Formats: sequence, C-alpha cells, structure tokens
Amino acid sequence: MQIFIYGLINSISLSLVALGFTLVYSISRIPNFAHGALYVATGYFAWILMNLFHFNYFISAILSVFLSCFIGAMIYRLVLIKIRGMEISEVIATYAIGLAIIEGLRWGGLRGATYTLPVIVPGSIEIFGVIVDYQRLFAVFVGLVIFLFFYIFIKFTKTGLALKGIAQDERAAMMLGIDSDKMAIVSFILGSAIAGISALIIFPLGNIVVEAGYNVLVFSIAVSIIGGLGSWLGAVIASFIIGYAQILTEVFLSTHYQMVIALLAIIITLLIRPSGLFGKQKELEERV
Amino acid sequence: MQNKRRERIDRGIKVRTDGLYAISSFKEIMYLVFPRLLLIGGFLLLPIVLELAPYWKRVINILCVYAIIAISFDFLANFVGLVCLGGGLFVGVGGYFSAILNSYLKIPIFFSIPLSALLGGIFCTLLFLPCLKLRGVYFAIVTLMYPLLFTRIIEALNILGGTNGITGLDSFPNQHIENYLIILILLIILFGLRRLVNEDIGLVMRAVKDNDQSVKASGINVTYIKSIAVFIASFIGCLSGAYLAHLYMWAGLSLFSLDFSILPIAAVTVGGGGSIVGAVVGSLILVPLSEFLRFFGTFRIVIYSLILVLFLVLKSEGIMIYLTRKYHQFERWVDV
Repeated sequence: MQIFIYGLINSISLSLVALGFTLVYSISRIPNFAHGALYVATGYFAWILMNLFHFNYFISAILSVFLSCFIGAMIYRLVLIKIRGMEISEVIATYAIGLAIIEGLRWGGLRGATYTLPVIVPGSIEIFGVIVDYQRLFAVFVGLVIFLFFYIFIKFTKTGLALKGIAQDERAAMMLGIDSDKMAIVSFILGSAIAGISALIIFPLGNIVVEAGYNVLVFSIAVSIIGGLGSWLGAVIASFIIGYAQILTEVFLSTHYQMVIALLAIIITLLIRPSGLFGKQKELEERV
Repeated sequence: MQNKRRERIDRGIKVRTDGLYAISSFKEIMYLVFPRLLLIGGFLLLPIVLELAPYWKRVINILCVYAIIAISFDFLANFVGLVCLGGGLFVGVGGYFSAILNSYLKIPIFFSIPLSALLGGIFCTLLFLPCLKLRGVYFAIVTLMYPLLFTRIIEALNILGGTNGITGLDSFPNQHIENYLIILILLIILFGLRRLVNEDIGLVMRAVKDNDQSVKASGINVTYIKSIAVFIASFIGCLSGAYLAHLYMWAGLSLFSLDFSILPIAAVTVGGGGSIVGAVVGSLILVPLSEFLRFFGTFRIVIYSLILVLFLVLKSEGIMIYLTRKYHQFERWVDV
C-alpha cells in the first residue's frame, strides 16, 4: 500500500517536471537542456527572496516563478532565435546555458544542506494505514490542477490552439498566420513556469541541492522519450512507469540505481519502439 | 545614390595553388605548406620554448588532451551530425580501462594505452549502438546521461576503487616522452582525420549528416557508417583518457567530470566547427585561459559556457574559418 501511494505521488510530481520539457520540445523542437537548471534556480531564488529579503512566502514564490519564465523567454529570445534551424548549435546552446546556471549556482554558494523551503501546508494524514504529509498531497493536487489547466488552455484558447497547430505542422501553421517564434517563446515561458512551480512544490520535501538540476533533467528526458518525444499523454503515462520504477528501486535496491533504471528504460524504448509509447512522430522521420 | 556591396574574390595565388601548378615556384609551395608547418613546428617547439617554465610544460599535456577530445567532438558533430555532449565519457572509459590494464593486470604502459583506447572505443560504440539507428536528438541525450550514470554506478557499487579511484598507475619514463608522445598523437590524429574526411568513407559520413535518406537509397547501411564514426571518435577520446590517467598516475571519478564535456565543445565553437584544426586552435586559446582561471574552481564551467554561447550567437563561424577565409580571399567594394 505504501508503495502504491508513494508511487502515485512520485509519478505525479515527476510528470509535472517532465511536462515542461516535453511541452517545449513538442512546440519548438528544441530539447531544452536548461530545464533542470531553471528548476534549481527557481528554488534557490525563492529561498533568497525569503531569507535574505524577508519577503512573504507567496510573493517570493510568485516572483521566482516569474524569474524562471523570464530566463526561459530570454534563452529563446536572445540566443536560440539566432541559431534556429542549426540543430547542433541549438543542442549545444541550451546545454551550455543549463550548465552555466547550475554550475554558477554551485559556485554562488548553493552547497550543503542548509537551504530548505518551507512546506506550504504542514502536518500529515493517514490514508489506508500509510502516513502521508500534506505537502505531498498538495503536490498531487497542484499537479492535477496544472494538467486540467493545460487541457483547457490547449483545447479552448486561441493561443493554446496556435501552440497545438505549431506542434502538429509548423509550416501549415505559419501559412495560417501563426508566428512560430512567438509561439516558441510562449512554449519556453510555459515550460519554465512549470519547472518553477514544480520546484516550489517539490523542494520543501527535501533540501535545495544543485544535483537536483541534473536529476530532474535526466528523469524528465527519460519520461519524454519513453512517452514519445512531444506526446503529452505519453509523458504522463511514462511518468507513472518511471515513477513506480523509482519507488520500487528505492524500496528493493537503493536510490543510487534510479538513474540506471531511467537509462535502461530509455535504451529499451529506443531498441523496441523508438517513437515511444505514444509517439506522434512518424516512424520514417525518426528511423534512419 | 550609388550603392556598393562587398565582394569576396579568391586570391590569385590560391587559384594557382589549387591546380596542377602548385609546385611551380617556391612561393606557391610555401603558400600551401606554411600554415601547416607553422602548426607542426609550433607544437614541436612548444616544450623546448617552455623549458623555462616547468609548470606550463604540464599545461601542454593537458592542452593536447583537450584538443584531442575537441577534435573527436568536431568530427562527430560536423562530419557525421552526431552531437556528443559527454566527452567526459570517453575520457573516463579510457582512463579506467587503462587503470585496470596497468594497475590490476600489470600490462606495461606503452601497451596499456593503445589497448585501452581500442577496448574503450569498442565499449563506447556498444553503449551508443541503440541510439545510432535513430536520427534527431537521441544521441545527444544519451551521451549527456552516460557520464552521470557511470559516476553514480561507481559510487554506488564501490567498484574500481570507489570514490578514491584507482591509484598506482605507471608514469611515463621521463618528461620529454610525456610531452612529445601526446603532441605526436595529436598531430597524427589531426592530419589523419583531415585526410579521412576526404576519403570515400569520409564522404559517406558527410552525406549521412546532410541527407541520410539518400545514403540509404544508395544501398549503404547508415547505422554501420555511424557506428564506425562513433568508434573512431571514441577511440580518439579514450586514447586521450588513457594518457591522462597515466599522466596523473590515477584514474578516478573526476575523469568523467563536466570539464571534459564542455571545454572541448567550447573550443570547437571558438575555433570554428567543421575544420578539425579549429578544435586545436580553440583549445590553444581556452586551455591556457582556464589555467589562469584556476582560482575560480567550478566557476570556470560557467565561463566556458558563456564564451560558447557568445560565440554561437555573435560569431558562429569561429576563428579558424575566419582566418582561412582571410588567407584565401580578399574583399573589395563594387558598384551594384
């Protein structure tokens, strides 16, 4: 039972993180390797605002998410827009920016276990004999709210439909007057916002550590590949697979193997079904 | 108003040396040979010139190691179209193989380096084989993950010396061998690869980058060509890793570190991708810089990344391509 409940919570927080990565990829076709960096940066910035500037929790949370969106938008507006279409440069650029942010934070003093964010709702509850703290339930709740929000946003708003159009067929969407650069910026803003929000929800469960940036990146990539790059439904389902696999390895082996499991899952997926569980990419496009 | 535009024209001597008459005069021979001689001679003289500064003689070794990794990145990215974000993997695998061969199995140093390069090359190629069948970003993603993965595995299982690493590797007999071995390896790899990319198989590799469907339509197995290219690149990378392990007489987790992944990429971007020499030129600029910045510790990674991004955005052709153009062509204003 414990495995079931914690696995569920883990899966939902994982899918929250992975959604940002897969959203950016599906719209702009750019693998945002700075995703994990934005995640850590938001957490750290919220900590700075609260502890050094003594802001209210909610003000600092909102400000730090805005900062994350701003960085995301600037990554596209200042750097990626100039090298659009050169695949090698795009990959290198996001990777370098991500590294710069993560290692800059490490250098800037983000070391050790002294950085924690406060939990939003303290206390815990017993569900089916398993003690779960409210923060984890809150994470599940926020995750579901964000999914719902995105579902409505994509289905019923004009921007959302434009995003969907770009994701499905960029050329046709451009012919109908949708600005692909603008939509890519929107996708970067949304992706970074999700990274920021999930950081604010997940970090209170532990310490803010730089390594979380790499972990988040690796797991969100694993989830997106298994679900099929660019497929949102696939990402959610894959995050349940990876989420339960993580909890099972933690219970039966040790936490060190989690990354091994993620990589094995990626490789098996690439061998058997390269377009992922729900990949929308045509086989011809992906396979050589 | 009279509009002008800039026009680039090949220099006369460039045109003459393109053809059969390249060897008709001393000037033309020098035009072709001088840049190459400058590079070779410069590298060979470097240890002698730096005899006065023993510390910097060790920097030469590091420089050559980085240059070799940068060449392997440049080769994979700009000639085969595979972006390898984990140069640290090659260094780490090469270093650990060489440590196992030399420290555990007592194989002498001059056999353990090439042998570990060979084994490491095969090992890395096998690791990457699943994603070679696919195009797109999969290769970049998987190469990003492997160095992190190996660090975790070695930490978790406490194998191969755990976090302390494997010590007690043989060192080189003396410092001159240490210097000249890596310089010679670098020069051989540099000119060898430049030759290779213009051979038949090199043409096929470049075709894989540009249009893999047409390669497939020609009845050539794309995965096979890609795996050969990955083998060559990882062989080169593992060679430098094995050398590095023997240089430090130690193989540890820091061989998988990010420095080996990001600095070569930055070097290629600064030097100019797609020319192979650019990788060497970039390392010649960045590695001494990184020695000056030793004080900053991990902040150096931030600096490399920023340099990389700045070059990508502002001067994406790189220094070497720019210099080559200036060497071969001149510009003038003409009426439109």
